[in-house]
Amino acid sequence: MSRPLLVVNEIGKAFRDYRSEWGRFAGWFGFNARVKSETWVLRDISFSVAPGESIGIVGHNGAGKSTLLKLITGTLQATSGTVAVNGRIAAILELGMGFSSELSGRANVYHSAGLMGFSRQAIDSVIDEIEAFAEIGEYFDEPVRTYSSGMQMRVAFSVATAFRPEILIVDEALSVGDTYFSHKCFKRIREFREQGTSLLIVSHDSSAVQALCDRALLLESGRLMKDGDPATVMDLYNALIAERENSTINIESHASGREQTVSGTGEASVEEIVLHNMQGEPVEFVDVGQPVTMRIRVAANKYIPRLVLGYMIKDRLGQPVFGTNTHHTKQVLENVEAGSKIEYRINFPMNFGPGGYSISTALVSTDTHLVNNYEWRDLALVFRVANLSRMDFVGTAWVPPTIETSRT
Amino acid sequence: MKEILAAIWGYRHFIVSSIKNDLRARFARSKLGALWMVLQPLAQVATYALVLSRIMAAKLPGIDNRYAYVIYLMAGMIAWSLFAEVVNRSLTMFVDNGNLMKKMAFPRVCLPIIIGGSCLVNNLLLLVTAVGVFLLTGQPLSWVMLWLPLLMAINLAFALGLGLILGVLNVFVRDVAQVMTVVLQLWFWFTPIVYMPSIIPDRLRAVLEFNPMMHMAVAFQDVLLYGRTPGIPGLLVIAVAAAVLLLFSLVLFRRAVPEMVDVL
Repeated sequence: MSRPLLVVNEIGKAFRDYRSEWGRFAGWFGFNARVKSETWVLRDISFSVAPGESIGIVGHNGAGKSTLLKLITGTLQATSGTVAVNGRIAAILELGMGFSSELSGRANVYHSAGLMGFSRQAIDSVIDEIEAFAEIGEYFDEPVRTYSSGMQMRVAFSVATAFRPEILIVDEALSVGDTYFSHKCFKRIREFREQGTSLLIVSHDSSAVQALCDRALLLESGRLMKDGDPATVMDLYNALIAERENSTINIESHASGREQTVSGTGEASVEEIVLHNMQGEPVEFVDVGQPVTMRIRVAANKYIPRLVLGYMIKDRLGQPVFGTNTHHTKQVLENVEAGSKIEYRINFPMNFGPGGYSISTALVSTDTHLVNNYEWRDLALVFRVANLSRMDFVGTAWVPPTIETSRT
Repeated sequence: MKEILAAIWGYRHFIVSSIKNDLRARFARSKLGALWMVLQPLAQVATYALVLSRIMAAKLPGIDNRYAYVIYLMAGMIAWSLFAEVVNRSLTMFVDNGNLMKKMAFPRVCLPIIIGGSCLVNNLLLLVTAVGVFLLTGQPLSWVMLWLPLLMAINLAFALGLGLILGVLNVFVRDVAQVMTVVLQLWFWFTPIVYMPSIIPDRLRAVLEFNPMMHMAVAFQDVLLYGRTPGIPGLLVIAVAAAVLLLFSLVLFRRAVPEMVDVL
């Protein structure tokens, strides 16, 4: 393997609090400063990146992902350890930093390329390409304050990627304007990669990491928990999420802007709902078409003459994708004693398109919740479907076709 | 030291374009544009001249120009405005650019250089305007004006040294900027710009000798008003002060840089 582009060696970062700031100043000149508290946000991180390799960095919020990136780009200095970079790093995390709103797009291009260390001559040689790539027409020579945010992004991305860097840091959640332009951006990123640029991709999204990365790093509480192939790392990440149980689900439900609502009279309640793969392991990320088992454990708090479980799978917009209940499957439970537990195992193939889904559950007495609503729980479980093994397709349903053609 | 110079050279395009943008952005969409850069200090000179010329003019013996006090004021203001502008802007430069520093890796030393450059351009414009005014009032040009580049260089070095130290400290202790606003006010009045050193009681004059800016103001007045070579001992005082401050500021800056972004 050729020389690594990036070697991170036992890097650590601590934020220090001093008793007094004068103590900090004294510390610069060799006096012993009294440190009040020291918070290590990263510790003992080591890894290296080979040319053309793309690496996903995953972890919970606050696990240290962005601190790690700042240490790599050099905006923060490591407290211990070293970062050796063999080439230029470009980050498309903070597009449009340093743009001045009174200046034209063109002037800002010169300015922000200068901020990246490029000479006027170097920019002169690519300015036409940048203008062409941004595709904002006449606006290129208008002040940036007249731009829409999408236009500003276009210019910013075009400058940031005008020269092929050795290492490109990409925030996967980054939105670069409209779909058309974002496809163009990803095309450029792919081209860079083919030419030997290494990618560092920060993501929460399992499918993106598995689709784009050769390797993944899992950060947990400032430490490198796992460095390995994306599938293994994502499994571990999922296990971590599962360990955090409901709290994670709550966070996710808030992140999506919707709230989990539980309603009902409370004679029965869903105690646990988990999605398992065929090996019986809990999963939150599921491949298209993969067979899964949804285990729902219900506790009866009072005597219930007739118990029906219903569930509804909804897409990220809340549109129902599939739903049914045990009334329709003719599996109604009768005379359920108080204190008894019922486990439902619902087997189905994940014939959904890639994306995020949520499941709502209902414990009722008939086929609607209008008669007896024991418990209704929205966003009882959230999971993601990723297309890892199927051909490309769009939509929320996986309806594998057999296409026959005949030419006459 | 070497790496700092290398960093400045490597980012020279950024520095030049930042200075240009700084000047351009400040006056974008204003009708008089760059004229405002000189109108403000000129208005200040006009105010003092209007209020004080009767009292002060008599204290300028040996000059037969009836605008002598105006010239005296302008000479001092040229020296003071560069100093005060550089210090004021350096004070908050790291705090103001905190966002940029957190997100982009560029040599931090560019920031004071940009401020120095931008203030120097301002000061040159003011100087050119002032010389224009002198010609209108019949004040002759003289060869001693060739001292001006050296005076401005020393002035800039002194201001940058002090500004960089205070700017670094202000990142960690934000009171520095507040305190300095007051200090600069006082400092202005402890420098013979509006008044002549001759009106100060002898007892206090000895104290005034320790003010490097007094020597700077006097040097500008010597060159622009009296048409004589500035006093070398006075210049040496401020040159040495500038060198010491600049050196110390660079040491402090290098020690502080790794921790600066942590607290921004």
